[in-house]
Amino acid sequence: MGTGILVFCEHENGDFKKTSFELLAKASELAGATGGEVSAVVIGDADGAVLGGYGAARVYTVSGDAFQQHNTGAWVRALAAAVAQASPAAVLAAASQAGRDLFPRLAARLSAGMITEVTDLGVEGGILVGDRPIYAGKAFVKCRARSEVGLFTVRPNSFPVPASTGGSAETVALEVASDGEDGRSRVTQVVESASTVVDLTEADRIVSGGRSLKGSDEFEAVIVPLAASISATPGASRAAVDAGYAPHSWQVGQTGKVVNPSLYIACGISGAIQHLAGMRTSKVIVAINKDPDAPIFQFATYGIVDDLFEICPALTEAFKTAMT
Amino acid sequence: MKIGVCLKQVPATDSRIKINADANGIVQDEIKWEVNPYDEFALEAALQLKEQGKATEVILLTFGGAPAEARIKDGLARGADSAVRLDDPAFAGSDALGAARVLAAAAGKAEIGLVLCGKQAVDHDSSQLPAMMAELLGWPQVTDISSLTLEGETVTAERAAGGGNKFVMEASLPAVLSCDKGINTPRFASLKGIMMAKRKTIHVWGAADLGLDASTVGAAGAVVEELGMTLPPARPSGRIIDGETTQQKVDELVRLLREEAKVL
Repeated sequence: MGTGILVFCEHENGDFKKTSFELLAKASELAGATGGEVSAVVIGDADGAVLGGYGAARVYTVSGDAFQQHNTGAWVRALAAAVAQASPAAVLAAASQAGRDLFPRLAARLSAGMITEVTDLGVEGGILVGDRPIYAGKAFVKCRARSEVGLFTVRPNSFPVPASTGGSAETVALEVASDGEDGRSRVTQVVESASTVVDLTEADRIVSGGRSLKGSDEFEAVIVPLAASISATPGASRAAVDAGYAPHSWQVGQTGKVVNPSLYIACGISGAIQHLAGMRTSKVIVAINKDPDAPIFQFATYGIVDDLFEICPALTEAFKTAMT
Repeated sequence: MKIGVCLKQVPATDSRIKINADANGIVQDEIKWEVNPYDEFALEAALQLKEQGKATEVILLTFGGAPAEARIKDGLARGADSAVRLDDPAFAGSDALGAARVLAAAAGKAEIGLVLCGKQAVDHDSSQLPAMMAELLGWPQVTDISSLTLEGETVTAERAAGGGNKFVMEASLPAVLSCDKGINTPRFASLKGIMMAKRKTIHVWGAADLGLDASTVGAAGAVVEELGMTLPPARPSGRIIDGETTQQKVDELVRLLREEAKVL
């Protein structure tokens, strides 16, 4: 059994993602109880030393042409090399697009137990345990790995993001060979999104619309401006997506995105169990619905029983004023 | 080229989940079961590739005892050619890695050249199986795909890249792909399909048929241990915001979000 916690820290063009700091801070809180320290692994070009400010004692870096862009084969080899160097008790990653792709493959390579998308972490008897939603949040299960090392992906926004202490970490460059086989699955093009909003799964604020919106034009006219007024990401219920009012990528729920924001505003969403499953861990839920008996009101922190076409435009203006 | 499609049975997404007395599973009495919705996208993608002349055969791979044959028949009725039911007491209690070992061995035995899975099963939501199978088979993977074309030995697929961006990916066969919503609209079984399904073959394979050491699968091989299930904490009861006018309600909401909830 290893000791300490290794964190896979993602970045975009050298800027570390918020989830990297979130995970390092939580790892710092727990690593002592596993008998070791916190280390980090960074793939591609970024200044790993700054991660010292969030609790990493040592940062393993892997760079070179093969590691600049997401590549499952190369990146899993890089992660495996860092695990071999750090011999941690546990490895953490965000449950991001990259974490989802890489960690199960790494787990199979290491014959390691993997626990997906935990929303809480603790240490029991020196071993890291994670709580994770199952049935899309209708129940939770506590899990631990029985293997030499345990792999965990963590749902974004599960833990607070601290400020940097300004500390600096020791960096260790790992030499990871490239492999001709890496070309067997590769990115050939990146299609940049026209919108600049944060991904639903990582969003701190979300404004979602339901079938009561009655059309895609209404989504554009009502939901999008309301979301924009508080820098939120727009979302939709399955009913609205299936009716063609909003794209699939907007769907929140059991067969869509599972989200974990600080603020979730549901407009004209009745609160089908399928939808609730995808957003019930939101810290504050606001429901706006004409029907006072809509199930969403049982989950809402604040509810307004009224016509969303009256409330939402007024709320958009009030938010604009409040945010300036 | 043969395509393998992994199918799992899960509680319908409108099911209420109750936890059993031992807190190690759910109460199954009132559960309505259905095929994992993401697996339906995988099956549809496989059937479309066969219709395009790019695959010779679509083979369903699923765990379970005889009751699993109902969902196998449904898949065969939609157009799959044959099925493998993976059934062995040694498989009971498998974690994702154990299940991946069984399915990878089955894909090998069935001489499959492309495995299509759902991106996750909506029961345990662990989304580990496809990438684990790919690793065990030594094949490339593309996970969470939202489009798919196959030309010769090359798969082209799109997947979300974070930040709302998309990657266009290329992979060479043999490969494992996992399907997201939006890739296609699954078909229903036709009456003719239902009649034809009755004559299609369902193989039943156990650990010995697959050359698997029973200690590497099932509860014996599990590397993830579950320590108990709980229901989610109840949300504190909320507050309905009253007001004479739209403006009063809106202003009160903004005040509460700011001063009480402190999320603005």
